[in-house]
Amino acid sequence: MYREKTKLMSNGSRTALAPYSVWAALFIVVPMLFIAYYAFTDNNFNFTFDNISRFFTSVSNIKNEDGSVSEVHTYLLILRRSAKLAVISTIICLLIGYPLAYRISRAKKSSQKTMMTLIMIPMWMNFLIRTYAWMTILQDSGIFNNILKALGLGTVSIIGTETAVIIGMVYDYLPYMVLPIYSVMLKMDKSLIEAAQDLGCGSFSVLKRVIFPLSLPGVLSGITMVLIPSISTFYISQKLGNGKFFLIGDAIEGQYVANNLHFAAAMAFILMVMLLVFMALVKYLTGHYLYGGENK
Amino acid sequence: MKKIISNILTALVYVFLFAPIVVLLIFSFNASKSLSVFSEPSFYWYKELLKDRHTLEAVRNTLVLAASATAISTIMGTAAAWGIDRLRSRWYKAAINTVTDIPMTNPEIITGISLMLMFVFVGRMLGARNSLNFWTMLIAHVTFCLPYVILQVLPKLQQMDRSLPEAAMDLGCTPFRAFLKVELPEMLPGIVTGAIMAFTLSLDDFVVSYFTSGTDFQTLPIRIYSMTKKTVTPKMYALATIIFFVILGLLLISNFIQNSDEQKREKQI
Repeated sequence: MYREKTKLMSNGSRTALAPYSVWAALFIVVPMLFIAYYAFTDNNFNFTFDNISRFFTSVSNIKNEDGSVSEVHTYLLILRRSAKLAVISTIICLLIGYPLAYRISRAKKSSQKTMMTLIMIPMWMNFLIRTYAWMTILQDSGIFNNILKALGLGTVSIIGTETAVIIGMVYDYLPYMVLPIYSVMLKMDKSLIEAAQDLGCGSFSVLKRVIFPLSLPGVLSGITMVLIPSISTFYISQKLGNGKFFLIGDAIEGQYVANNLHFAAAMAFILMVMLLVFMALVKYLTGHYLYGGENK
Repeated sequence: MKKIISNILTALVYVFLFAPIVVLLIFSFNASKSLSVFSEPSFYWYKELLKDRHTLEAVRNTLVLAASATAISTIMGTAAAWGIDRLRSRWYKAAINTVTDIPMTNPEIITGISLMLMFVFVGRMLGARNSLNFWTMLIAHVTFCLPYVILQVLPKLQQMDRSLPEAAMDLGCTPFRAFLKVELPEMLPGIVTGAIMAFTLSLDDFVVSYFTSGTDFQTLPIRIYSMTKKTVTPKMYALATIIFFVILGLLLISNFIQNSDEQKREKQI
């Protein structure tokens, strides 16, 4: 009787799960396969490596500051630039986000909630508008420069530099760094910290030997949550970089607009493979350092 | 001293986080067209916004799309969470969990491109001229909302005492009645937060929408994107201010629901 009932329930569970299983297969798994299919075919859907090799071999001429012309690998340059800006932004997010998460987790319970809500509120403003607002703030005749002028500090031109793009990325993705680190710190066993203090650790030593190692899972998930959107963004660089800093996301979007779907797919494919390798590495590191090699 | 410095630095981060929002709110009430010099307060741009037919239509489209995507993803996602919780086949569970993770870890641009490629391919096979329309956007939105609904509902089921629905059935409830009377109330807070999350995600989405939308059905983020290609007037800021307060309201409601749920649980214990 009992076994029959559980069997019935298991059948019921499969029925309830069926629509989602079909949906996930059709609209999550199959589209991923389509990226690979488009990446390795030409316009007539014949198999080719051309799209992939175009990414690695395509060259173009750029003018240096001294007027001389040099040849560069177009897409490799874009990829390297995207990786560079994303890594810098991620590091800045970590440097700001970690102490902030620590500070919030040490605050009073009631103020913790307010502080976290305040971190999350900007996330709910449409990111196009947030980015655009930064553009108007940082413009040469914008508010930031007006404030500098009023203080008698002269003006700076930020829009159209890598700094502007990084400011935009840090602004847009900082909450993704704070959230996971904060939630790990919240769950941390406070008695471990007290024990370390009782055993004679100074506050820096406690941070280095107890708090930081325990918060590492949060740090790693924060890093992935910031790095992935910032390496693939395509609006921030257009607005804040004045279109001067073409990123891999811009390149994919540009090929989509130009209706070169096969090359767009090839770039998406390469980006996806790179990110998969990166995530596997993060997962391995998490397992290796936190659980002594046993991947739990 | 150390404490003062840490407080100042924390305050600075919050200033950084809220600077653009405050600028936006203030300049939406600017009488002149400038986005950097405030002349005098007025509702001029709000009135202009109400005259802009394309934007109003985009608002309507966004709401229709978000409501449809929320309804579908909430129902399908709740059923899926219920199914996953009871699934005994280990490999099926692992497969479902892996696939559910994909839309959340993939960059949005990849999700958008992948769906677009499939829609274009299928559209071409069917001989359609425009393969991207309302329906392709709806599919895309349901797809990226589903994992969030599942992740909100599943923990509620895992927290539930397994013997409760069994007890109800032993006491003469049909399985369906046991579901309605015992399991559904347990899942409800998760379903509501999941639905609210789905709604706000759909409302706010730009990247996936950008790749899956056709020319005849534009949502607000798409409209904003085309507006920011040209010079922008504070009209857009007025729009952003309104959206901001709507979403803030939804979040406060969902927070309130979660809090009362937590309090209820504490009382039970």
